Amino acid sequence: MSLSAPSAAAAAAVASGAASSRPNAIRPAAGLRFCGLRREALGLRSSPQAVAARRSVAAAATAGNGAAGSGGFDYDLVIIGAGVGGHGAALHAVEKGLKTAIIEGDVVGGTCVNRGCVPSKALLAVSGRMRELQDEHHMKSLGLQVSLPGYDRQAVADHANNLASKIRSNLTNSMKALGVDILTGIGTIVGKQKVRYGKVGFPDNEITARNIIIATGSIPFVPKGIEIDGKTVFTSDHALKLESVPDWIAIVGSGYIGLEFSDVYTALGSEVTFVEALDQLMPGFDPEIGKLAQRILINPRKIDYHTGVFASKITPAKDGKPVLIELIDAKTKEHKETLEVDAALIATGRAPFTKGLGLENINVVTQRGFVPVDDRMQVMDADGNVVPNLYCIGDANGKLMLAHAASAQGISVVEQISGRDNILNHLSIPAACFTHPEISMVGLTEPQAREKADKEGFEVSVVKTSFKANTKALAENEGDGLAKMIYRPDTGEILGVHILGLHAADLIHEASNAIALGTRVQDIKFAVHAHPTLSEVLDELFKAAKVKAAGVSHSVNEPVAA
Amino acid sequence: MAGLLHLHSTLLPSASALRHRAGAPAPSSSRRCFRVEAKIREIFMPALSSTMTEGKIVSWTAAEGDRLSKGDPVVVVESDKADMDVETFHDGFLAAVLVPAGESAPVGSAIALLAESEEEIPAAQSKAASFSSGASSSPPAQETAAPEASAPPSSPPPPAPVAVSAPAPPSPATQGGARVVASPYAKKLAKDLGVDLFSVTGSGPGGRIVAKDVEAALAAPKKAAPVTAARPDVPLGSTVPFTTMQGAVSKNMVESLAVPTFRVGYTITTDALDQLYKKIKSKGVTMTALLAKATAMALVQHPVVNSSCRDGKSFTYSSSINIAVAVAIDGGLITPVLQDADKVDIYSLSRKWKELVDKARAKQLQPHEYNSGTFTLSNLGMFGVDRFDAILPPGTGAIMAVGASEPTVVGTKDGRIGIKNQMQVNVTADHRVIYGADLAAFLQTLSKIIEDPKDLTF
Repeated sequence: MSLSAPSAAAAAAVASGAASSRPNAIRPAAGLRFCGLRREALGLRSSPQAVAARRSVAAAATAGNGAAGSGGFDYDLVIIGAGVGGHGAALHAVEKGLKTAIIEGDVVGGTCVNRGCVPSKALLAVSGRMRELQDEHHMKSLGLQVSLPGYDRQAVADHANNLASKIRSNLTNSMKALGVDILTGIGTIVGKQKVRYGKVGFPDNEITARNIIIATGSIPFVPKGIEIDGKTVFTSDHALKLESVPDWIAIVGSGYIGLEFSDVYTALGSEVTFVEALDQLMPGFDPEIGKLAQRILINPRKIDYHTGVFASKITPAKDGKPVLIELIDAKTKEHKETLEVDAALIATGRAPFTKGLGLENINVVTQRGFVPVDDRMQVMDADGNVVPNLYCIGDANGKLMLAHAASAQGISVVEQISGRDNILNHLSIPAACFTHPEISMVGLTEPQAREKADKEGFEVSVVKTSFKANTKALAENEGDGLAKMIYRPDTGEILGVHILGLHAADLIHEASNAIALGTRVQDIKFAVHAHPTLSEVLDELFKAAKVKAAGVSHSVNEPVAA
Repeated sequence: MAGLLHLHSTLLPSASALRHRAGAPAPSSSRRCFRVEAKIREIFMPALSSTMTEGKIVSWTAAEGDRLSKGDPVVVVESDKADMDVETFHDGFLAAVLVPAGESAPVGSAIALLAESEEEIPAAQSKAASFSSGASSSPPAQETAAPEASAPPSSPPPPAPVAVSAPAPPSPATQGGARVVASPYAKKLAKDLGVDLFSVTGSGPGGRIVAKDVEAALAAPKKAAPVTAARPDVPLGSTVPFTTMQGAVSKNMVESLAVPTFRVGYTITTDALDQLYKKIKSKGVTMTALLAKATAMALVQHPVVNSSCRDGKSFTYSSSINIAVAVAIDGGLITPVLQDADKVDIYSLSRKWKELVDKARAKQLQPHEYNSGTFTLSNLGMFGVDRFDAILPPGTGAIMAVGASEPTVVGTKDGRIGIKNQMQVNVTADHRVIYGADLAAFLQTLSKIIEDPKDLTF
């Protein structure tokens, strides 16, 4: 291939980088995947054909570096925000041959890598082990003796921090290696297909892009009246640094973030009090799972709770006085009581980070901070019209605030940009809560399914199984758990699967794959599961389901043969 | 039964109290109040025994806004003896809970409001607000740590712990002396171990009560319920208020002082009984059941010993022979009753006895299971006690104290010396209805039955 001179060196570097085994890239265990990132992100060697294809694609992409890209734009695609969503979109875009740039104002990796999934899973891994080792009864029943397990707080914090740094640099390197331009600065949309970016104190740059994806993510939401000092009253951002382990911490909000933190703190020796505005804890889960979760994750632990109350005012600790939390009734707003605790974690949800994007320049108005989008992630303006060539993915649009949802949305957008229409089915995206034991779900909860069934006039069936029936779970002495599947007995369509138990977060994918591909229960029940594994829990569900349909086709999406 | 009687009798006073509390002086508005009252009923603290004056709410089975039908359980109340499900006597909607779980209320006071239809719920709730601010029985300003914490009784008699524990510094909560600040685990422990948080001094930051303070207050933290009279160690140097059950026992004992009693002792040879016991032990028969049966059979022949004096001027002859047996349980004493002990066979009696003991330990005895005794048995033989005399429980005629059966050297009728197992029993009886000769005759019959026990296993 012949390349124009200035870019030859760059292209060669890219080409050789793609071909060789990249000695500088960190090589984690093969097959390591998380958060929707792909193999390339981790510097794993790909097959020679794939490498060659990528090489030519990358070369073609950088062919016009500096000169006008295809159609007179600087880039085919500019992504504002290099978090999980942006990164996923960037990789897919390069694979499709698009010239891509990504703008990042803070750190590459965004929330997930630096302040979210990655460090929290590191802390949860530690807490899971601590909990196991401290459970004398559990150890004895297996015949083990463990004396006085303990931990070094700084070492635990370092584990989380180091992991975050490692993943951050992997991400950066993977994008660089594939030829994505990483531009540093805050990105602002200044007009149709025009973006300005720049660091504070430096002159701004303006670039043009055929398509723009907004992927600026979210930040922890702090209700008014709550004073954050980062030490005694803080959000998940600070908590993940684990600068201290308080004796008694109040967690405001009992969703999955608050729940995961309660798991970490109680395993490390703290006592926890939940403050929840709704009338029951864990309001987002299927109610049956929520009840069992309360029995397993809350009742036996040093946790108590106040429901139906708001924390109207939180004052950080000072001069020897503890943190004061004033609770008011959620409905009547009258003062109920004041808690005195050592620390307070605010886990009341996440607010979209969309200020300063310049949306007013293109007549887009945010709704409670979220960027309005349609099913295809296209941004809608204040008049309800689609803004062409502008997309928004991830937490910023609020459709499904999960890391892998963000990258899935990014991939869907890139597919559309490359000429293939794509609508992401959000009901096939699983979600997980990494407590011990884990909770995972995909699709609808039972009340949601029944509501839909009433409206559309079909029947709903539910099958359940306990982890106590699973050999592997019993071998580990972790028989606490429940799996349930909600499905249509007339067509065999799977409407929702919910799992609470050991490795629930890994087990859910069989179900989410089935929903994504439209596989019916009566077909999947013939799939063989290795014995003895936890996946047999799902096998039980599939085999227990009773479907009246007697079809032979393998997908609900195929037309019925005449 | 007794509970029901109280229910009816207290309905009227509270109705008039309601009218007073509604506070409207003019007759027209009191008429309005009356009409409102008919649609918004009170659910009030029932008397679950004749000795109960106050009950503590363990938990609310129904929640505010729930639709209830007559007979549905609404709330679980801890009486002086056991935890009881209280049902509603009317259909309606639970409009407002006036006394939350963990708090106490005097018998007869309103603990919740029941609205006849959904429309009345808001009216009932506003009435609930005026109720608690007007009545002194449930001061809302007195904050307690959390519903789960065992709060002091919020009834008119001043909360005993706060008044009594003046010498010990009250838990130094930062705002007002009436609050308790306790960590979640401390609260759980206190609930499980039955420790009143108000009597615990906090050693945590800011005077907070932490788990080890609760454990220290108990001195010997034990989770397993002791089988017999073993009690947890007492916290020396402190004053610990009575639990509901201990208060009831104390009340009963004081009442018994008004009854003229006398005592008759008897020594009974138990060799034959011991042999019988050995034979049928495998079938689940216990010594308690054997003694109860023998006593019941003796009472058949001496009905006056099964009678009682309720009003000071008449014999109340009971139609059945119900043997109550005193059982020591963690923190108290209770008397489960073996009904119709003369008519039931020994095996069923033993089974029933086991069931009653389990229920007693779980504090789930129903009133008729501990109230209906006509004759009481108290056995301290397992401690090696040779004889003692028991205090007569009010409402019965006699109680028999049984000592240990010990091998004793005896002179037999034919002039020889032998060893027999002998136990001493001592009956305390109400002399208003049971006279010396009656009692002596009864004991003679009893000893004959025990020394020749073939009829015990018909």
